[in-house]
Amino acid sequence: MRSLYAIYRKEMGHYFVSPVAYVLVGLFLFLSGFFFDLYVNAANEQSPDAPTWVLRAFLGFLALVFLFFLPMVTMGVYAEERKRGTMELLMTSPITELQIVLGKFLASLTLFAAMLLPTAGCVVFIWMHSDPRPPFRIVLSGYLGALLFGGALLALGSFLSSLTENQIIAAALTFAAFLALWAIDFGTRGASGPAGQVLQYLSVINHYDDFTRGIIDTSGVTYYLSFMILFIFLTVRSVDSMRWRRA
Amino acid sequence: MIEVQNLTKAYGLVTAVDHVSFTVNKGEILGFLGPNGAGKTTTMRILTGFMPATSGTARVSGFDVATDSLEVRRHIGYLPEAPPLYPDMSVGSYLDFVLRIKNIPVERRRARVDDALEKTNLGDKRNELVKRLSRGYKQRVGLAQALVHDPDVIILDEPTVGLDPKQIIEVRHLIKSLAGTHTIILSTHILPEVSMTCDRVVIINKGKIAAVDTPQNLTTQLKSGQRIQLEVRAPEKPLQELLGQIPGTSRVQLDASRTEGHLAATVEAAPGKDIRSVVAAKIVEKGWELYELRGVSMSLEDIFLELTTDDAAHAQPSN
Repeated sequence: MRSLYAIYRKEMGHYFVSPVAYVLVGLFLFLSGFFFDLYVNAANEQSPDAPTWVLRAFLGFLALVFLFFLPMVTMGVYAEERKRGTMELLMTSPITELQIVLGKFLASLTLFAAMLLPTAGCVVFIWMHSDPRPPFRIVLSGYLGALLFGGALLALGSFLSSLTENQIIAAALTFAAFLALWAIDFGTRGASGPAGQVLQYLSVINHYDDFTRGIIDTSGVTYYLSFMILFIFLTVRSVDSMRWRRA
Repeated sequence: MIEVQNLTKAYGLVTAVDHVSFTVNKGEILGFLGPNGAGKTTTMRILTGFMPATSGTARVSGFDVATDSLEVRRHIGYLPEAPPLYPDMSVGSYLDFVLRIKNIPVERRRARVDDALEKTNLGDKRNELVKRLSRGYKQRVGLAQALVHDPDVIILDEPTVGLDPKQIIEVRHLIKSLAGTHTIILSTHILPEVSMTCDRVVIINKGKIAAVDTPQNLTTQLKSGQRIQLEVRAPEKPLQELLGQIPGTSRVQLDASRTEGHLAATVEAAPGKDIRSVVAAKIVEKGWELYELRGVSMSLEDIFLELTTDDAAHAQPSN
């Protein structure tokens, strides 16, 4: 546990002592604030559903922005460490691969939460000033969904970063993978039959949609948690495989 | 302290380390000498638990590197070829991080960082960011990182690379001062480094051990196979014949003479025979003028070349 915390602490230092976190969080908040304003102005004031519509549109927009921002969070997680040769320090210290991987994952999740949670200010604001107020569980389930969705993307991105020494390659792979996940959802909208249903279940976006409607479905929670566990496991294996490579 | 037996590491078809065996006693400094690509780094990486061996065993502080890797890693400090530094950290917080991942409890950390900074002469750089340091200072931070947790065994991969001559001397002193309480393996391709700092030398070439001995023994062992350099004013043919007839000479070679009419010659004799007086007597007997006669002892450099270029020398006649 202490070793895991040591890794976590080092990663947090890397994000927050350098400008990385401030640039990412700042840009993210600027974009989300700007679009929030757009959605509020675009909403039909006469419609009683307007607040719910703004909430859902805004949460959907956040998911889209993750696709662009999260590759930048994870691209260096392992690639930079490998390039610098510091992976050798970690791997010759008395800590396990799982401690390294979990420490790094939790740190990236913390940075992600630091990006995401301030946007709740906008959402709570619109909720407070609506009449009638939409159910508050939409806000709660929406943010729970966003955290799970982002966590899954971070786990995938970290895994891809562990495959290469090059941050640009890591970022490109991650971005491509995110887009592919997005495309699966797009391509299978309204698809029927068993194949369509399987693909619908596999789509990372599809489950998020449920959360933005105020539905906390166990299948969605299970999906995201298993997605994270799978890629954390694969990252552990990938880090371990560095011991078998010639470098 | 370190026992290595039949250690082999193959990367696909390439065998980087081939049945290497040696032991290092507690408190000893062992030098790992070999040309680039000889298998030094691979051997060290196996000892540090970074990578597994293909076959063979290695034990550090009584723990097997394959089955007790975490325990081994608790007992070693390792400086890889490129110091594993985080550019955005300050020297002090970097060393603190290293102590954390080495599982050193908080109450001992401050004192350990102070000690490592003092030993490596980095006291005034504690709050400096690593990325602002020069190459030599970075190397020292790397060294501090290897000894900050006071490990039993310290493994240093080319610790003096990138340092200026003054820093090299400082680092050598530091390494010598660590011996006794720490067991040290260091690799290098610089020969004087080995004779200056190490108690014993392992010469490794193409993954195989070519020799293991003290630097002194390696030097004297080959000095007994004596070599003499001569400068004589004499006709070429008769001189060659005369030297060849002296009992105990194994090779006579006439070199280009430095002065008109003088001949320079190198005579090699079988081990254990001092032929210098005989050579001098014979030359004088012939009435030739002897200007110079000196015994040349083979330096570590020669030994090294002899041991590591063996194959090249043997391969030549067949061409």
